[in-house]
Amino acid sequence: MDFISRTQEILDKHSNNAVIPVLQDVQNEFGYVPEEAVAHISSVTNINKSRLYGILTFYSQFYLKPRGKNIVKVCCGTACHVKGAEKNLTKLKELLKIKEGETTADGEFTLERIACMGACGLAPVVTVNQEVHGNVTSDKIDKIIKK
Amino acid sequence: MSNEIKEKLITDDSLIQISICLGTGGVAAGARDVFNSFAKELESNQVEAVIKERKCRHKVHQTGCRGLCALDVLVDVLVPGMAETSYARVTAAMVPEIVQEHIINKKPVEKYLVDEAHHRFFDKQKRRVLQRCGVIDPEDINDYLATDGYQALAKALRIGPEKVIDEVKTAGLRGRGGAGFPTGLKWAFCRAAEGDTKYLICNADEGDPGAFMDRSQLESDPHSVLEGIIIGSYAIGAEKAFIYVRSEYPLAIERLKIAIRQAKEKGYLGDNILNSGFNCRIEIEKGSGAFVCGEETALMSSIEGNRGMPKPRPPYPAEKGLWGKPTNINNVETLANVPLIILGGAAQYAQIGTEKSKGTKVFALTGKVNNTGLIEVPMGITIKEIVYDIGGGINNDKKFKAIQIGGPSGGCLGESHLDTPIDYDSLVAAGAIMGSGGCVVMDEDTCMVDIARYFMDFIQEESCGKCVPCRIGTKRMLEILTRICDGEGVAEDLQNLEELAKKVKNTALCGLGQTAPNPVESTFRYFKDEYLAHIKEKRCPAKACKNLIKYRVTPDDCKSCALCVKVCPSEAILGGKKGVKAEIQNDKCIRCGACLSKCPTKAIKVVDNDSAAAVEVK
Ligand SMILES: Cc1cc2nc3c(=O)[nH]c(=O)nc-3n(C[C@H](O)[C@H](O)[C@H](O)COP(=O)(O)O)c2cc1C
Ligand code: FES
Repeated sequence: MDFISRTQEILDKHSNNAVIPVLQDVQNEFGYVPEEAVAHISSVTNINKSRLYGILTFYSQFYLKPRGKNIVKVCCGTACHVKGAEKNLTKLKELLKIKEGETTADGEFTLERIACMGACGLAPVVTVNQEVHGNVTSDKIDKIIKK
Repeated sequence: MSNEIKEKLITDDSLIQISICLGTGGVAAGARDVFNSFAKELESNQVEAVIKERKCRHKVHQTGCRGLCALDVLVDVLVPGMAETSYARVTAAMVPEIVQEHIINKKPVEKYLVDEAHHRFFDKQKRRVLQRCGVIDPEDINDYLATDGYQALAKALRIGPEKVIDEVKTAGLRGRGGAGFPTGLKWAFCRAAEGDTKYLICNADEGDPGAFMDRSQLESDPHSVLEGIIIGSYAIGAEKAFIYVRSEYPLAIERLKIAIRQAKEKGYLGDNILNSGFNCRIEIEKGSGAFVCGEETALMSSIEGNRGMPKPRPPYPAEKGLWGKPTNINNVETLANVPLIILGGAAQYAQIGTEKSKGTKVFALTGKVNNTGLIEVPMGITIKEIVYDIGGGINNDKKFKAIQIGGPSGGCLGESHLDTPIDYDSLVAAGAIMGSGGCVVMDEDTCMVDIARYFMDFIQEESCGKCVPCRIGTKRMLEILTRICDGEGVAEDLQNLEELAKKVKNTALCGLGQTAPNPVESTFRYFKDEYLAHIKEKRCPAKACKNLIKYRVTPDDCKSCALCVKVCPSEAILGGKKGVKAEIQNDKCIRCGACLSKCPTKAIKVVDNDSAAAVEVK
């Protein structure tokens, strides 16, 4: 993958100095923020790498490592917590044999916990990629993962 | 659900109308399939069902959230000459029957209808801010215009900025983002601040985990928020406004973009708005996942492109805000109230509510109630009315234990507070806060120590680390709470917890730390017996804390059907088939509850774990 030229394209689109939107676009482009991209942004914008990493590690939506093909997110917001989100998370960890924040060895799944999807009326909620599943029970988890 | 707004929209009543919620909640429940299914069925039966010049390709009308998420997918069907009918929990498979029976044969399908109990969901509500949610097409500005949209803006531009501020002051509008600061006053400060360049920010970060009011408002009626922003900018003298939206809300961002474009095209945004000489531009800023960025000073650092760290106030944003310029920051719902005040007048607005809290408040009612969803209630309504009348009572007729209001900065109120009125001051007095509107109901199965631990965990995760009390104090508090939940609590824990709570509250830099002890203090105050049971008896009364419970099969009820064995992800169940009773191995069991929900004879029970030595607590 040509990180540098694609990062440059993103930089070209953002004329002002707002780095967060640039980093967001880089993240969308590659699924994570590669080291090469950070180095390139730093040299073009004259912003220290340490400052960029400061930003990247502060916000939970930036990833410094590639993630799995399917991102499974378990909502652990209050509504979901009360309705048993923790149990779903336990079950998923056991099924995928990974901890939260990790990716399976075959690169198929990444398991994450998030704080509220904004679909609390349907708690507990699990999302796979862009798809939102409401009222998730342990039965449903089997079905969701099989897909 | 016919109302005034709807009547304004219907100009041709000879058409069949179908409305489907396509908000995040609806889509999560499968609304997209239902939508497509209706389109297909109507097409193949050659039924013309459309609402006037709506741009929807499918001739089925898309709306935002109408609030009753528990019944998603909700579908309204209006056939000329028949009463309007709502169907609940619709799936794609039910659609052919609804089209055939209801639309073609004119006989509503009784078995799928929303029942009487759910009509009561709306009875005690006052839907004003949400008046258009679930009724209009959020992607079509004409719907907004047909329902008095942008008339408040026109009036504001006529009466001038000072009068606008006066009206907002007289109406008694207080900030809906948490603290309840009087909005008119804040605007007046910012207007009076020195400087030519000023900014307005709409706070749509909605960080409270368990709340989705702002998301729904933005998804279902984006123009109402834009109109509030434009009026607010005009009042304080800002020509540029920002909407800071959390990026977990892609649909809200999408609809805002559409709304901004349409408002520009029609001349409600941009240069020389409605020939008044006033210019205003609105930009969307996406958050990147940090709860603290909902705090105003942190939010501004984030827009400036830095880490979202809060700063001590003063200086307040009204003097020195974004890039050092006077800035006014308001919550989404606060701004959505503004057009109502300007258009209907302050006096009319202030008729609803209590003496010090005017108007209505939108809550996300979730947790263990039957009717979860988005509700809008007059200030002063009691908690009991919310839980039992609107919420329809507790799931499975269990016992109400507590209601958590205000999220991580709020508190848990128990049975003795059922009669407490919902207004800013009563809630603070009771140990909660109004917050932005998260309202999570808990029943006898919810452990209050676990809830305190849950929020502390959240705060620990989200603490930005700038100040010591929040960074380390909350960590120590979390350690103590975790220990108690794990059954390893010691006698001094309670006292230490109380002391830490006080210190963090008094010394943290920003609102995050200052309010972080609230969930602990309130559970402590009202549910101390649960803390004591955990520490003294090593017992979790709600049977929720994993270390303090175990699962046990009642042999007499076990039919050896092997379902539990199959569903167990950790192979903890022995026997269970070929006539042998199931037996759960405690050391292997991860307490995921899979077997519990699967067992057809309910033979698996949750019981107290063999307790360790009891501890003496004063
Ligand atoms: C930790 C923390 C998180 C906050 N999160 C939000 C939020 O998500 N949305 C919001 O509108 N206000 C939030 N606030 C309150 C804002 O700082 C600010 O008071 C509010 O946006 C002002 O708007 P209002 O006067 O209209 O309520 C938060 C405050 C703190 C301390
Ligand atoms: S708490 Fe899970 S969606 Fe809000």
